[in-house]
Amino acid sequence: MLTNSLVLAAILFSIGVLGVVVRRNAIILFLCIELMLNAVNLAFVALSRAVGIEGQVFVFFVMAVAAAEAAVGLAIVISIFRHSETVDLKNFNLLRW
Amino acid sequence: MSDLLWWVFASLAVGGAAGTVLGRNPVASLLSLVLTFFSLAAIYILLGAHFIGALQVMVYAGAIMVLFLFVIMLLNLGHDFRPDLRKGVWLVSGFVTTGLIFYFIWRSFAGEAGLAMGTDPVLEKAAEGGNAITVIAEPLFRDFIVAFELTGILLLVAVIGAVLLAKRRV
Amino acid sequence: MHHFEPTLLGLIVLLPLVGFAINGLTAFLAPERKAIPTVVGPAVLGLAFLIALTNFLRMLGAELHEPYVHSYWSWMPVGNLQIDAALQLDQLSMLMTMIITGVGTLIHVFSVGYMKADAGYARYFAYLNLFVFFMLVLVLGASFPLMFVGWEGVGLCSYLLIGFWFKDRKNADAGKKAFIVNRIGDFGFIVAMMLIFSNLGTLNYVEVFEAAPAAFAYGGGVITAITLFLFLGATGKSAQIPLYVWLPDAMAGPTPVSALIHAATMVTAGVYMIARSSVLFALAPVSQVVVAGVGALTALFAATIGLAQYDIKKVLAYSTVSQLGYMFIGVGVGAFAAGVFHLMTHAFFKALLFLGSGAVIHAMHEAFHHTHKDWDPQDMRNMGGLRKYMPITFATMWIATLAIAGVWPFAGFFSKDEIIWQAAAHAVGPYAGWYKLIWAVALLAAVLTAFYMTRMMVMTFHGENRTGEEERKHLHEVPAVMWVPLAVLAVLSVVGGWVNVPHAVADLPVLGWIPTSEWLHEWLHPITEHADAIMAANLPALAETAPIGGSAAFWAIASFGIAVAVILVASRVVGSRAYRPATEAPEPVGLARLLYNKWYIDEIYDAVVVRPIVGASKALWRFVDQGLIDGTVNGLGHASRALGWVGSRLQTGQLNTYAFAVAIGVLILLGFVAF
Repeated sequence: MLTNSLVLAAILFSIGVLGVVVRRNAIILFLCIELMLNAVNLAFVALSRAVGIEGQVFVFFVMAVAAAEAAVGLAIVISIFRHSETVDLKNFNLLRW
Repeated sequence: MSDLLWWVFASLAVGGAAGTVLGRNPVASLLSLVLTFFSLAAIYILLGAHFIGALQVMVYAGAIMVLFLFVIMLLNLGHDFRPDLRKGVWLVSGFVTTGLIFYFIWRSFAGEAGLAMGTDPVLEKAAEGGNAITVIAEPLFRDFIVAFELTGILLLVAVIGAVLLAKRRV
Repeated sequence: MHHFEPTLLGLIVLLPLVGFAINGLTAFLAPERKAIPTVVGPAVLGLAFLIALTNFLRMLGAELHEPYVHSYWSWMPVGNLQIDAALQLDQLSMLMTMIITGVGTLIHVFSVGYMKADAGYARYFAYLNLFVFFMLVLVLGASFPLMFVGWEGVGLCSYLLIGFWFKDRKNADAGKKAFIVNRIGDFGFIVAMMLIFSNLGTLNYVEVFEAAPAAFAYGGGVITAITLFLFLGATGKSAQIPLYVWLPDAMAGPTPVSALIHAATMVTAGVYMIARSSVLFALAPVSQVVVAGVGALTALFAATIGLAQYDIKKVLAYSTVSQLGYMFIGVGVGAFAAGVFHLMTHAFFKALLFLGSGAVIHAMHEAFHHTHKDWDPQDMRNMGGLRKYMPITFATMWIATLAIAGVWPFAGFFSKDEIIWQAAAHAVGPYAGWYKLIWAVALLAAVLTAFYMTRMMVMTFHGENRTGEEERKHLHEVPAVMWVPLAVLAVLSVVGGWVNVPHAVADLPVLGWIPTSEWLHEWLHPITEHADAIMAANLPALAETAPIGGSAAFWAIASFGIAVAVILVASRVVGSRAYRPATEAPEPVGLARLLYNKWYIDEIYDAVVVRPIVGASKALWRFVDQGLIDGTVNGLGHASRALGWVGSRLQTGQLNTYAFAVAIGVLILLGFVAF
């Protein structure tokens, strides 16, 4: 079950990466990032069963960071939406050459 | 029994993740992700991490996802059906990269094949679920107390930052 | 007799620096408040002089065989090189300190009167104080690098003061010329220091002079190279052939500056340096003959130019170059005490001559200023008959003239006669022929000295006044603040030589009524004895008679007679000529024209050195700098811009692109983990 959980984590992480690369909707991009974080959490929890309780402590911290990131990220989404009435990332290319 | 349950929840988790990436409506994506999170919570409990499982439901599925939902509603994005998938070379290279990443992670974990459930008494106690909070609280408040306090500061800063960013006029 | 321990030695050096700080701040913050520099400028010098005098008097009653060295802090501890910020007080540096602070005080006081109408009054005193500080570091420093600090510092102050009225392009150019010509000499000084360090492993005087006799063979190649490079440094600072050309131009600065820096103190730094390194020079007979030869050549050459100049300060400038030549003859032939003796007396009478000329220029300038006449106040053809209007200046300058011409019992008689005699006495050993020639040249230059000085005095003070009817009414003696220093220096120009009356003169019936005998020689004995010992061990005994016969006493009387005769002849010759003001005067012709144009040396240097360098620099600039270096740099710039353009295409601004790049990065890292 442990090994399988690790493979599951790998699958979920890959799906998250795919979403970040191919989608342009900022909200869905965020969701995919959350998915990747959760994949990592799953790996931590699975390994903690074999290695030690600290793995679960890490998961706690990851969750706290994810919460902070979600709060700030969504605030940014709100402010860019306010700026141009869309969350489609193809409209945000200020970092261009 | 628990192996069977694991397979059920793992399938649900992968299905939810796929739905998140493929969903055209942000609300549909979001709800798929909630499904994934619930499945993960179940898997955590199956792995003996009762406390984490509870946190998963409360923090992720409960708090964070509701926050996302609020934002979608606030910005009125729920009906956005415009296709936003990247096309052509981008799509192909995205899939290839993702596949390679999966393959590499899988190979990295290959060394851990046959990983057995630990026999550590602490872990055993945690797995039984009797005092799940005690076993995680001990290292959290003793060995990781500094990191724990810093997390508090991080959250405070995030709150201030979020308020500042989202305000119309500072 | 007791052990000697100087009082407040550091304060002597520090006081002028404090004065510089105060006057410098005044120049920046409140340049119109002239009371501050008036008090602070001369006061710090006066205090420093009093401290130096106290130490001198205490030193007289003490026995000091080893120099007193006091280290303040470690300055350059680099590997084997250990250099402290240390001051060294011995008989030589004591004497130099007395001259610098003493004459310096008088010149500062004089400056109060001379510069009182100038807008840059505070700035002037700031520079002057800074100069004295660096000059004291130069003479009191206990190692070659510290001397070099002072050496460069006085060069800087000299540059600043020559170009003091920098709004006039000519003055700024003169400052630059002095600075650049001195660089050539400094190069020699630096090379010499490196050679000393690589051979002896130290640069502190005490250790160098202790180790040198054992480390270098007498007349060896290395020591000859070291001393010749040191001498190259001296030719730059002390205006000897071939680097003398900056000094006459340096007269562009205020006249008290010419008196202090370009006559009494800074330009004698080269003489001091050679006297300080007497041990090294005594080990290198070739260098000695080069030093003495260059000195003799300069003495004669500059004297000939001085014969035909009309600018009063130019005459004095060439006279200074010529007298510095005498000092180099002295230290070159190995009579270090004689060279330092002439340095001292020259400081008195040449400072007096410059200050006197400053008083004359001051008076002339005011006279022309009243009537708005644009004549040159420095041109002697516009002067004449000034003795009626400026009796004190007239009298004091005649005293200085008699001193420099070598008339008994004025100071110059004893010091110059000493040098000429020493050249004759040292005409022994392998280079005897050269020394005989040097003796003859020195004698000839003495004749010329008496002549051009008399010419200057007669043209300025005697005969009919040529200033003009209206202007004549405004000619008057300078105020007391200016003539008192002249009077003090006049006294010193008379009695200054009495500290070192040679035995040969002291034994004579009439000339010998001045009792003091060879005091300076004995005073400097602890400095010169090592060099004397080296020379005594390697050279035959000194000659008793001059190359063409005659004892020291005979030649003393003879040179006195020659000086008096030349002065009488010159005053007749010059007095009988009818000069006309500069604007109406005819162009000089023949030899006079050649001398008036200074043998065209500046033009020759310009053609031989400056123009080729400028041409080569232009070629280098065109082809190497603009073509090669700029081309390479610009090419690199263009290449990086092109690369940057390519790189910038990757910056699409699309978040997904960046995420993809991160994914690729993750892939690579995972590759390391997985395989």
